[in-house]
Parts: sequence; structure tokens; C-alpha cells
Amino acid sequence: MSDSYDVIVVGGGPGGYVCAIRCAQLGLKTAVVERDRMGGICLNWGCIPTKALLRSSEIWHLMHRLNEFGFSADNFKFDIAKIVSRSRAVSKQLSDGVGFLMKKHKITVIPGEAKLAGKGKLTVTKDGKTSDVLAKNIVLATGARARTLPGLEPDGKLVWTYREAMVPDSFPKSLLVVGSGAIGIEFASFYRTLGSDVTVVEVLDRVMPVEDEEISTMAAKAFTKQGMKLKLGTTVTELKRGADNVTCTLKAKDGKTEQVTVDRVILAMGIVGNVENIGLEAAGIKVEKTHVVAGKYGETGVDGVWAIGDLVGGPWLAHKAMHEGVIVAEKIAGVKGVHPLNTSNVAGCTYCWPQVASVGLTEAKAKETGRKIKVGKFPFIGNGKAIALGEAEGLIKTVFDAETGELLGAHMIGAEVTELIQGYVIAKTGELTDQELAHTIFPHPTLSEMMHEAVLAADGAALHI
Amino acid sequence: MATNILMPALSPTMEEGKLAKWLVKEGDTVKSGTILAEIETDKATMEFEAVDEGKIGKILVPEGTEGVKVNAPIAILLDEGEKADAVPSTLAPKADIPAAMKDIGAAVKQAAAPAAAAPAAKASGDGKRVFASPLAKRIAASKGIDISALAGTGPRGRIVKSDIENAKPGAKPAAAAPASAAGGGIPGVAPLPDARLLYPAGSYEEIPHDNMRKAIAKRLTSAKTLIPHYYLTVDCNLNALMAVREKMNAAAPKGKDKVPAYKLSVNDFIMKASAMALMKHPDVNASWTDTAILKHKDADVGVAVALDFGLITPIIFKAQTKGLVEISNEVKTLAGLAKEKKLKPSQYEGGGFSVSNLGMYGIKNFTSIINPPQSCIIAVGAGEERPIVVNGKIEIATVMTVTMSADHRVVDGGAGAKFLQTLKQFIEEPASMLL
Repeated sequence: MSDSYDVIVVGGGPGGYVCAIRCAQLGLKTAVVERDRMGGICLNWGCIPTKALLRSSEIWHLMHRLNEFGFSADNFKFDIAKIVSRSRAVSKQLSDGVGFLMKKHKITVIPGEAKLAGKGKLTVTKDGKTSDVLAKNIVLATGARARTLPGLEPDGKLVWTYREAMVPDSFPKSLLVVGSGAIGIEFASFYRTLGSDVTVVEVLDRVMPVEDEEISTMAAKAFTKQGMKLKLGTTVTELKRGADNVTCTLKAKDGKTEQVTVDRVILAMGIVGNVENIGLEAAGIKVEKTHVVAGKYGETGVDGVWAIGDLVGGPWLAHKAMHEGVIVAEKIAGVKGVHPLNTSNVAGCTYCWPQVASVGLTEAKAKETGRKIKVGKFPFIGNGKAIALGEAEGLIKTVFDAETGELLGAHMIGAEVTELIQGYVIAKTGELTDQELAHTIFPHPTLSEMMHEAVLAADGAALHI
Repeated sequence: MATNILMPALSPTMEEGKLAKWLVKEGDTVKSGTILAEIETDKATMEFEAVDEGKIGKILVPEGTEGVKVNAPIAILLDEGEKADAVPSTLAPKADIPAAMKDIGAAVKQAAAPAAAAPAAKASGDGKRVFASPLAKRIAASKGIDISALAGTGPRGRIVKSDIENAKPGAKPAAAAPASAAGGGIPGVAPLPDARLLYPAGSYEEIPHDNMRKAIAKRLTSAKTLIPHYYLTVDCNLNALMAVREKMNAAAPKGKDKVPAYKLSVNDFIMKASAMALMKHPDVNASWTDTAILKHKDADVGVAVALDFGLITPIIFKAQTKGLVEISNEVKTLAGLAKEKKLKPSQYEGGGFSVSNLGMYGIKNFTSIINPPQSCIIAVGAGEERPIVVNGKIEIATVMTVTMSADHRVVDGGAGAKFLQTLKQFIEEPASMLL
């Protein structure tokens, strides 16, 4: 007799485990199948451990400014092994925490790899043994992995993906990062801050191409000032692996090629969905460009099978996956008034130095919609708290519909902006207009005051500039 | 330094207006007092004068634009020597922060108005607050959608942007929620259908509402819906008045061009009689508020003036202190201004009482809608020869029927009747006004 559940979630990442918790809260008998550690990439090999690494590099950066703040010390050093082990400990603590949450909500964690095996049935394979589990509803949350391209395959030793980049056994003196999205730029920032000679290759003509152009330009300036080499409009055509280095051939847009020899290469060219070996094809679930095609509530078109997170369409972010997990759980439980996820209200955060955060439309995208817009900007140099922190570089920018006052987008670069962006996310989700934001009293002195000023600036009424 | 020229507030209650006409163009030099533009409010067209001198650098709001918010920048004024082409389409933040702040203030006030109005509309129905996002309220207001007629799909039924986008202005929301009547939202009352649905297209000419039409529709619907009207009718014998009037007009001094200095109308006597009666009956010369009745100290008497494009009620202030000739001439002046759309709000806002006279069209008797914040209005019919009974005999007299509409919240039936009795006495015996 197989075990039977109301819901089985395949994958224990942020989408999957949150979905399971919500299902349990709603009184559903729930299980999660996980082949590795609870928490998925996010907790184990993504969001969380990189934040731990970047905290170390931030402290390293501040140590070089000790004198500015009235301290003196010399001969300070870092130990990459200790930095990495702290990062791993942080991951373990949180992954264990998720395990605890599963217990607390009486969610069964089934170790192994699951595959759809007919209606309401999954086959779970663990160490070569298989068993069947039954569920009225199956939520696929198998996530994604790094994209590789022919000729640009990782080898785990010289050519890394995020996974190896997170646990270096030695500190690379030079590094080539392929791709300037969030993942690439965070590693580039971490290694550059600790002293690596970092070159970033980006096929498009600006770094962090999804961000607002102005923010992207400011980021590029900051990175260049830190000594990062940016090769924009450039592709990597060949990686020639040596004994302990890699010779990379770069090709610029104009056809010129150059060779760069580095200790290590990090590939960060986007992600592909984990759509293989889970029985999608047999079940009749549609896959497009390595991602499952799902409806606005995570429906796969197959009765009782749902899909969420990186496995489905973007943005491929943990918080988007978590929210989809909640939506699907509530749909399964028959909760009334469930709303589909609005991707324009999903913020993106990049924890490079300086940080970048944004939500909604960029200025260019807003203009493309054909509506009349107004844009407000406020620089960090006009903010008291920023100056007191010694973080006077950065910008906050708002994009409003000039007629309705709708907040179309917000874009930020500078210290702690990843913590600030949620204010605008609340405003967007609650459909506040420029007027409610202008009437909001922001506490002084905080970095958040810049968010207020950037709203006022859209009407030419910023107070401190 | 370049400064913004802002949309003026031509009355304390003005929130927006139409920029009817520019009288200057880009590049013109202006002085303090130069008339820049004509601004049309719901009641009047007024001239807008420059306060500072300079050169018009850029006109930001083209003429003919409706719904320009008070304090919104409408043009940029340059100092001598500044170049127009150096000025961006809106001023750089630093250039005019105080002015820009005022804009925000005005904009905020603007937004608050529809937000406050919406729940009020609903409250008059079932007393429930309408939950809607600020963005939804604002888009609804700009599209003319009554949010109280919509069903929200947001959290706890909150009305959100997509609900407004899925609704159509005008007929659609009413049709979607028939429980809510157009222009009032009274549950159980069927809404009035959009008239366009009932006539074949092309069989009519569509005249969009101007501000005055909108104001008339809004004010009178509110007045007739919200004020408990009752009506009192009385006949007045005009024999004595007609005789006095004839004598007085005959005695009017003539200027060199042989035009008499005045020509009193029956209506001038009615205005004067109303003022005198109001002073005797302060209960009638009053306004309702939710917490108190305001008894006015002066007799400010409005007179309805029919215009080709609507109607307006300018006011003879302190009419109790004014003689017949003064009243007569003032009414003529105000009526002339009204016809040219040049009345100032201070000339038609307020008042304690109104006179509406359709006698010149041969109307015998009619009822008027109270003109808030006033409590009473008299509807004056034609003076015509009618048989009357005097001491048991039938005689012929010039008789005029007057019907007063009164707000029962302020003026009870007895008080209204006593006032009308006094008014009748003053009209029938004009000399008694001298007492």
C-alpha cells in the first residue's frame, strides 16, 4: 500500500517548501520530495550563501576605509577558507531551519527524485530503489540550473558555475565572469572586492541589461572605478584550459578578438529549467524553452498537476517562486479570491557593491507603452543618512504615469537599496499613487527619505536638492 | 529666473477650470496687469492678469484645455534676457520649488475630492464605505466611472485598477450594477439608461456638456434629491403696484439723450419686497448645515437670469438697504455680465433667497428648485388680468401667482406661510414697505 497525500510537492526549494507549508496550514496532508537538501538552490547554493560571502567582502572593503572612520589597523588579511566555511554554516543553519519548519507543519519529507507516473501518482527513486506515492495534487517545483553553451561547458575545476564559485578551494588571482546578470555581477563584485583581477563579459551593450539604462550606466561606472574590466557587446568564443589557468578568446561586436588568460572562469549566462526526468512528456505537459508552460494559477493543463517557480516562466527569483507556491496551495485548498501573480510587482535585487534594486518598468519600457510619464530622481549625495554612513554614491529613480500618478517603476543603486525597494513594492501592490507617496511621512534620518524625495522630484518638488 | 505661471483659483471653491483662450503668445512681453488668458469656470469666464513682468517663455497648457487643475503650471515666465529655447517643457526642479510644491498640494487636494465624494455617494444609498485603491479612485474619477457601482476583485472586495479598466464609462457601470442609480446611487431605484441607447445613431446631434451644464446638472440633482422641498402658492393683486410703478417710471429724470435714468420692472418691486419680507422673517433667510441653521443678517437676494447657454443666479447683496432704482440698475448690470460670462464668483455665490420670474413668457404658475445654500426660492408667474371677488362682487384686477419652494429642514410650513403673507402684503401695498 502506497502512501497517499492531498498534495505532494516535487522539490524543496523556496517555491516548493513554502507551497508545502501553506498547504499544511490549509489543512492538507502534504509531502515534499527532495533529492538533495531542503531549501533548494536558494538556501544552499544561491541567494543565501552568496549573501554571506558578500557580507565578508563588504567588511573587507570597510576595513580599507578604517582610517576614514577613525580607526587604524594594519596587516589585516582574509582567509578564503574561513569566508567559505562561514557561508556554508549560514546555509546549513537555514536548510536545517526549513527541515524544522517541515516537522512543525507535519509535512513529510521524502528523499529522492520524483517522476510523474500517471494520474495522482509519483514514482520516487532513492539510491536505485523506487517506490510509489499517491497524491490528489502534485506541485512541480524542480527549479532550474545554470545554462551552458557549446564550447562553454563548466568542468568544476577551471571553469565554474555558481556552485563551484561559491566554494573555491583557493582564491583566484584573476577571473573571467561570463554574463553580467545578477549572478555574474554578484560573483564579480565579491571576487573583485577581495582583490581578484576580474573581467566581466556581457553580450549586450550594458551591464545588468534588465535594469534601467541609467542605473546600469551608473553601475558600470562604479565597477570600472573599482577596477573591474567590463567587456560589453562581447562574446566568449573559446575557452582553452591550461594546467591551472584558462585562455579565453573574446570577440567584440566589431569582430575584433582578444585573448585573456585567467585563473578561473565563472559561467553565469542565465538558467534553464529542470524539466528532464520528471515525466512531463508522458503526462502531456507542455514545455517551451526549457520551462513548463503554466497558467496564471500554476495550472499545467493536466488535472491535478501544478508547476511553480524557476521551472515555469520568469522572473526567476525565489520570492516569486514562494508567492506562486502560496497561490497554488490556496487554489488547491479552494480558497476564494486568490489573485494571480503580477510580475510587474516583483522586485529584483542584486547584492553587488553598489547594490541595485528595481521593480516594474524601466524608464525606456514605460515610454514604449506610449503613455505620458514623469520621472523623479534623487541622488544619495542629498541624503543625510547616506553621508553619515559614508555611502554617498547612488541614485533612486521613480517612473510614474503622468496622468494617473500610477507608480510604473522604481530603480535604485547604492547602499542598502535591496532593503529599500519593498517600500515601492507595497505602493505598487496597494496601488498607491504619487500623491499618497508624497503624503507619506518618511522617518528622518533614513535612506528611505530618498524614496520620498524621488517621488517629489517627479513633480519638480524634491526638497533637498 | 524663469518662474511658472500657475492656473489661478478664481473662487474659493474652484478646483479646476477651462483655459478658454490665451491672450498672449510665446515671446510676448508682459507687465503686471497684462491680461494673459481667459479662464472659464463652471459659472463664468474671467480674465487672468499677470502679476509679475517678464516674457512668456513657453505656454504649457494650450487654449481650449478643460479641467486644468488650480495651481497647475500653465506657462513659463522668463526674466529679461533669458532665452525661451533654453527652457525645458517643465521647469527644472531647482528653478521653482515653492511653486511646484503648491502644484503638489493642489494635486493632492484634487485627488482627495473624488475619493471623498465616492463614499459619500454610496453613503446616501446604503451607508457603506466603498473600498478602492487610490489608483482605482483616480482613474475612475478621470474616466467618469462611478466606483460605487462596481464590484471589486481585490482583497476583501477592494476595487483595484483592473476593475476600473474592465468597466466602461457612462452606461456600463450602471448596467453592471442596476441597484445603483445614475447620479445618486439609491439602491432599489432603477438607473436611467443612457439616452443614446434609445435613439438610432445619426438621428440626433450630440452636444458635449460644458462646465455650466455640468454644474447645473450636478447642483440641481443634489438640491432636488437631498432637500425636502414643499410648496406654497399665493395670488397677489398688482393693481396698486402697477399704478405706483407707472408714476415712478413717468417721473424718471431723462438725460440729454432722452433716455430715462431708470425703468422699474415688476420684478424690481418683487426683489425689494422679498428683501423687506426677509428682514421681517429671519427664519426664512437661513441656510441648513448638518449641525446648525445659519440665519443671515442681510437680505442677499438672488435673481435667476436665463442665458442662451444655461442659467445663473447673481445676487443683490444687502438688498434691504437698497432702493428700487439701485436694485433695478444692479439687476440689469449683473444680467448683462452673466450673458457675457463675466460674473465673478463673488457675485453669484452665497445669498439667502432667490427670485425666479418667468412671467414675461406668459407662464401662470410654476415651481422652482431651491438654490443651495439658500432655503427658499419664489417662482413668479405672469401678472395678468383676472376676475377677482371684492366684497361679493366680481372685479377685474391684475393678478400674479407666486409659488415658494421651501426647505422643510429650515423653514416649517407655518413660518413659510407667514413670510409669504408678508411678501404678498408688500407687493399688494408697496407703500407699506416704507413703514
